[in-house]
Formats: sequence, structure tokens, C-alpha cells
Amino acid sequence: MTMLDVRDLTVRFGGFTALDGLSLSVAPGETLALLGHNGAGKSTFFRSVLGFLKPAAGQLSIGGHLPGSAAARGLVSYLPENVVFHRALTGLEVLSFFARLRGEPVSVVMPLLEKVGVAHAARRPVGTWSKGMRQRLGLAQALIGAPGLLLLDEPTSGLDPVSRRDFYALIAEVAGRGAAVVLSSHGLEEVENRTDRVAILSAGRLVAQGPLAALAEAAALRAQIRVTARAGQADALQTRFGGTRFNGTALELSCDMKLKFDLVRRIAADEGVADIEVRLPSLNDVYRFYSDNGGRS
Amino acid sequence: MTPLLRIAAVTGQEFRIARRNRWAVLATVLMTVFALALALFAIGQVGQTRTDTLTLTAASLATLAVYLIPLLALLISYDALAGEIDRGTLALALATPLGRAELFLGKLVAQCLVVGLAILTAFAASVLLVAATTGVTGPGLLAWLRLGLTSLALGAVFAALGLLISVGARRTGTAAALAVGVWLVFVVLYDVALLGAVIAAGDSGFTTDIFPWLVLANPADAFRLYNLVQLDGAPVAGIDGLARTLPVPPAAALVPLALWAVAALAGGLALIRRLVP
Repeated sequence: MTMLDVRDLTVRFGGFTALDGLSLSVAPGETLALLGHNGAGKSTFFRSVLGFLKPAAGQLSIGGHLPGSAAARGLVSYLPENVVFHRALTGLEVLSFFARLRGEPVSVVMPLLEKVGVAHAARRPVGTWSKGMRQRLGLAQALIGAPGLLLLDEPTSGLDPVSRRDFYALIAEVAGRGAAVVLSSHGLEEVENRTDRVAILSAGRLVAQGPLAALAEAAALRAQIRVTARAGQADALQTRFGGTRFNGTALELSCDMKLKFDLVRRIAADEGVADIEVRLPSLNDVYRFYSDNGGRS
Repeated sequence: MTPLLRIAAVTGQEFRIARRNRWAVLATVLMTVFALALALFAIGQVGQTRTDTLTLTAASLATLAVYLIPLLALLISYDALAGEIDRGTLALALATPLGRAELFLGKLVAQCLVVGLAILTAFAASVLLVAATTGVTGPGLLAWLRLGLTSLALGAVFAALGLLISVGARRTGTAAALAVGVWLVFVVLYDVALLGAVIAAGDSGFTTDIFPWLVLANPADAFRLYNLVQLDGAPVAGIDGLARTLPVPPAAALVPLALWAVAALAGGLALIRRLVP
């Protein structure tokens, strides 16, 4: 069974197509990272799932219910990008308000504030809090009750690395209790080992979906090798190994990951070589492969 | 039951914000100072008119309230939804089981409470002052009660209009400009334009047949006329001269107030249903 099921979702703003035939599903207990540049359609996706935007085509279902219906809103928790709580209210008042809206007892509030590490400031106006503390308050708000589906729009922007680690630990805990989690982010490096699957959006289209390791393998990116030649040896090296000349004294080669070690061994044995630099494809390269080229090299 | 609990949660939060922003205190102090000043002025006139002090205070307070109450109600309400759209908290609230009508009603109740508390405090303070000095009469108290209740209605009408502006404008700056515009039109420009039209029309049918209805169509004018028409011997001037020749019974002046309240509420609810947060 799935908690979130999206089929052929298309959303248009006037003549602009913000989401184009997007299909994905998330099961209870599963965490999905939605990646894409600014304007790729991540926030539009969240706002469609919440029922704020009416799709031009396609179906959405949240635990079997229509987006925006009372049953769906009872299941969903949302943390928008850049939410600013009223400055004059204390953290305790903000969270108590959302607990009341969700029909939860106010007694759940203090333990939640402790859990996200802002209990010490609970009775101070939010206007005096740091950005990281406000982001934690927003997360605490999304954790009220037992949400079936967590929608977190760039939840870690503005968090330092330690807070980020705490944050993902909390998400793992909530997912462990059976919640489906969809979070958006700018880069693959951040979500490595932290989400079950990633989905990459580019200009409103889903260009890749799956476990990160599978995506990296499917991208079949090549290793880059830069060879610096000894004086006067550059031409001879190019004849032997091919590649493109760089700066007159260096060669740039690229090769299949599986063949890289053999090639490096052959280059290293060559008398004309002064230095070798090997660059393996990073997660960022994998992300750009899908995001910028739509998965075509 | 749960919708009521959610409305109460919104009202509580909104009231808390009004208190923190000092709006509640400012509105109360302003209203009370003016009400006491007018009461003192009326007490000073004892013996000069045959009208009793409380009636006299009610007459001058009706004229003042028509400026002050709409202003306070609009100031308290114009940012209530536009501000939340700006800050992103509206999307958050609407992602919870909270209904859109519940949100609108919860905010409206809170704003009516803030304006109502200011009116109540001000009116109670001045009636106590009059009672302690010159004493009160039955008709005076009745006029006072009428004024107090219609003041609450006037506050509710303009709080609903302020919320309508807030959800329609979607931005704090636009909402503020619109609120000032609405106040100017209803409270100042409308009367000036009507007086100009009457002077231009002279003794034609406009003055007798159309003009009174146009005056009654404005909720602020309807409020003032309703109160003044029943105050015998109170001094009236300008457009309020109509109070003596109203073509309908005084209670009918309450109808436009009710209609405006219903229209503002219906308009606001329709807009918030269509809002994309």
C-alpha cells in the first residue's frame, strides 16, 4: 500500500507548465528526497499534494483520499520553505496553536520542543530566536500528532551541519514509526545515506527516480584523468593515449570506470609522464547529469 | 464540536497577537479618553440645555464613534490575513484540518472582541463618570444602551470589511492602503459628495426622494442617524439634519448595518475559499 500516490500530475500556471506528467509513489516508512534546481517544480509539487493547486491533469491520492480533503489534511504535515512565525508569539504559543488545530492535547507541545532542542527558549518571543531555532520550531510543528505523510520543503536550508545531522536523525525516527516522508533539497550530497530513494526534477519533469546507488550506476559517468607531460613529451603522449591537449603540457583523458585502473597503470609506467591526477565522478556530477541533461550524456 | 474548538484556537491566537501588538490597549485607551472628555464636556453644560447629561454625551459620542470605531476596526483587521500570506504561515495553517471559513470566522471574532472591549471600557467609564456627577435618567440610559450596542455592530461591520480587504489584497502594503481608502470613502468622502450633490440639486426630487436612501446606504451614516434621530433636543448639524426628516422609522436604519455585515462576511468567505496560499 502507498501513502502518497501521484499519477501523470500536470500543473499549469497560465501558459507555463510547472509540472509535466509527474508520477511517483511513497510507501509508509519510506523517505523520498525530491531534488531539483530552483524553479524545477518542487514547491509546486508540495502545494499540489496539499490541495492548494488544482492540477490540469493527473491524479493524486493521500492514503486513498483526495488532496485538500478533511481526511487528507488529517494525515498530512507540512513544513513550507521560509516560514516566518509571528514575532510577538512565544515558541510555546505557536506550537500550542498548531496542536489545537490538529486536535492534539497541548501536553504534546513541551516534549516536542525538547525533542528538537529549543525547549529552553519556549517562553521567549520567536522574534528573538535564531534562524536555526525557528527552523527547528517549524519541524516540531510538522511532527505534532502522528502524521502519515510529512512534506518538508527544503527543511535543512539555514541549518548548520550538526543541526542537519540531528534533523535527519529525527526524520529517520518518524519514518521508523511508519510515516511516509517527502523532503526537497538542492543537492545529492546532503541526502546521501539519508533517504531511501531520490527523485530528480528538471523543468517540471521527473528525469530520474530510484535509490541513489542505482542512479549513480545508471548514469555510467566516466573517470577523468589528467596527465602532465615532461618537457617536450606532450605530443608523444597524445599519440600513445589519445585524449585532448590542455595547456600545452597536459592531456585530459576520460574512461569507463571499470577500465580506469588499467589505464592509470599504463600511464604511470610511461617515461614521458610527470604527474597523474584522477577525478572520479561525484554525487554532484550524478545530479547534474540528470538535472541538466535530463539523463542524456 | 471540533470546528468550534479550532475557531476558538484561531480567536485565542489572534487576540493574543492584538494584545502583544498593543492594538488592544491603544484602541481601549483612545476610546476611553475620548468618551471621558465628551462626558466632561456634557457635564460642563449642565443647566444650559433641557437635555440631560447622558443624552448629550451620547449625541456627541455618536458623532465621534462614527470616525473612531471604523478606523480602529480596520487598523486591527487589515493585516490579519495578508500578513499571514506574506509570512507563509497561512499555507501552514491551511495544511492542517482547519477549514477556511473557520479561520476567517475565528479571526473576525477576535477582532470584534478587541473592538468590543474598547467600546465597553470607554462607555462604562463615561457613564460611571456621569452617574457620579450629575446622575442618570431612564431615557438617557436607554440612549446610551442603544449607542453601545450599535457601536458594537458598527465595529463588527468594519472588522469584517478589514478582513475582506486583507484576504483580497494578499499583501500587507496593499491591504493598508485599501483600509485607509475604505475609511476615507465611508466616513469622510461619501458625506462630502452627498452634501455637494444636495447643494447642486437644490429643491429637485433628488434631495427628497433619493438623498435619504443614499445616506442610509452607508453603514457609518446609518449608525449615526439611528442614534441621533432618537435623541430629542440633541444638537445636529450638516448631513445629520436628515435625522429630523427620515423617510423610514428609526429602527429601519439598522437594516443597512446588518446588510453590510452580511455582505462583508459573505464576500470575505468567498475570497478565502478561492485563495491559493
